[in-house]
Amino acid sequence: MNQRLADILLESFPRIFTQGLLMTIPLTVLSFALALVIAMLCAMIQIANVKGLRQAVRFYIWLIRGTPLLVQLYLVYFGLPDLGIVLPAFPCAVLVFALNEGAYCAETMRAAIESVPKGQLEAGYCVGMSYFQTMRRIILPQAFRTAFPPLSNSLISMIKDTSLAANITVAEMFMTAQRVAGRTYEHLALYAEVAVIYLIFCTVITRLQAFGEKRLARMNGGDVIRA
Amino acid sequence: MLELTGLHKSIGGNEILHGVNLNIRKGEVLAVLGPSGSGKTTLLRCLNFLEKADSGSVTLLGSTLDMHTASRREIADYRKHTAFVFQNFNLFANKTALHNVTEGLIVARKMPKAEAEAIGMKALKRVGLANKADSYPSQLSGGQQQRVAIARAIAAEPDVIMLDEPTSALDPELIGEVLNVIRQLAEDGMTMIIVTHEITFARSVATDILFMDGGRALVQTDTKNFFEKNDNKRVREFLSSLNERMFLNENDESNKKNISHAHRGGPSHGKRSGMRKKRRRK
Ligand SMILES: Nc1ncnc2c1ncn2[C@@H]1O[C@H](COP(=O)(O)OP(=O)(O)O)[C@@H](O)[C@H]1O
Ligand SMILES: [Mg+2]
Repeated sequence: MNQRLADILLESFPRIFTQGLLMTIPLTVLSFALALVIAMLCAMIQIANVKGLRQAVRFYIWLIRGTPLLVQLYLVYFGLPDLGIVLPAFPCAVLVFALNEGAYCAETMRAAIESVPKGQLEAGYCVGMSYFQTMRRIILPQAFRTAFPPLSNSLISMIKDTSLAANITVAEMFMTAQRVAGRTYEHLALYAEVAVIYLIFCTVITRLQAFGEKRLARMNGGDVIRA
Repeated sequence: MLELTGLHKSIGGNEILHGVNLNIRKGEVLAVLGPSGSGKTTLLRCLNFLEKADSGSVTLLGSTLDMHTASRREIADYRKHTAFVFQNFNLFANKTALHNVTEGLIVARKMPKAEAEAIGMKALKRVGLANKADSYPSQLSGGQQQRVAIARAIAAEPDVIMLDEPTSALDPELIGEVLNVIRQLAEDGMTMIIVTHEITFARSVATDILFMDGGRALVQTDTKNFFEKNDNKRVREFLSSLNERMFLNENDESNKKNISHAHRGGPSHGKRSGMRKKRRRK
């Protein structure tokens, strides 16, 4: 490796990494937190079978899952201004990512709740608890354990998907790397470098996931299939 | 103390219960017998509002509920006086044995945690599982799980406990320990409605028998009368089919092993015969 390339990489690494910490991570964390709230609401509406709202939720999930994330970003950031709705880039990205991931996570959560045997709810009724009490104390904790691995999956996807925000002028990691690459013409090196940084972030989450799974298993008596 | 009249229930257009009546006085044990599919489970589930009846009324401790129109409030009040033991236990999988027992006390009855745990430990002691208080359901045998379920049922001091085939999901060698616990409750004067296929058990513990067939309560009578003087054709057929099955079982090699195992296995056998002596002394 020649000296010039080494200098470029060494100099850009902290810049891209910092941009990851300052932009990519907050964008992901904010969007994902919102997505979880949306998902929880949508799952509960479907499980509790709230009239009218259920159809609305199904429509939302159908719409989001049937269209590309990039198109959704363009629609909101470049399209809505035609209707007089102008959003700054960062809030716009958070909104679109949250709505998008919320639809997928809603399905994850619904399936997880439905996987808890009906007898658990009935047992709750029989000791005098209400629907919501049993949901909160018995059903949801069990469902959360089931939902945790696929939700971690979604989180990992989302970190990487935030690179799409570069398209609507959010200066996150990928855009920073793009700029350096454009200036220095070292495309291979720069994109490899940013890929490694994404990999580092995702590795951290994977570790956290393993830790979380162990804790959740312990809180449920720790029975897992393992050969 | 509890009286059910005119219970009708259809599922998916089929009427499953065609007007069932039953009544039970304080301290009595009513065993519900009858062939599979006769509606015993549905009867108990309606009695605890896990299924909504099409019509019928239930009177518990002097207050009457219309089983079709009962409000959520009324059902919640009614359930304060009843408890249910499921065929497949249905322990809360995310709670320890002790917390299975205390959950309802703390959440539904707003009892302080310390008080609930004291009651919970007492209930677990009563079913012989104080040493398993911190175990999760997945760490317990079927028999132990069902005993925890019984502890959960008695913790809130219900006026009546309903049990749906409490031992039919258990391995043969685990049945004894659960039946012993139920027998002890009966001796302590607990009012119970038990759906069971354990005919010897029903005969020795129940005060009354309700015989279900094809969605009807054909017979409700005292136990002695049911087994000795009953001239109902369907009851006769049912009892003789059971006798046949017992005879077959006794000739079954693997079952013989189980039986001798139970004899050697000591505790449950010893307890049972001890209790029999006690009963005789009475
Ligand atoms: N959820 C259900 N859907 C349709 N049929 C049912 C359902 N539950 C029970 N049944 C029918 O009702 C009848 C009585 O069932 P059940 O109460 O479980 O009888 P038992 O407990 O005496 O064996 C059976 O014929 C059964 O097929
Ligand atoms: Mg049944």
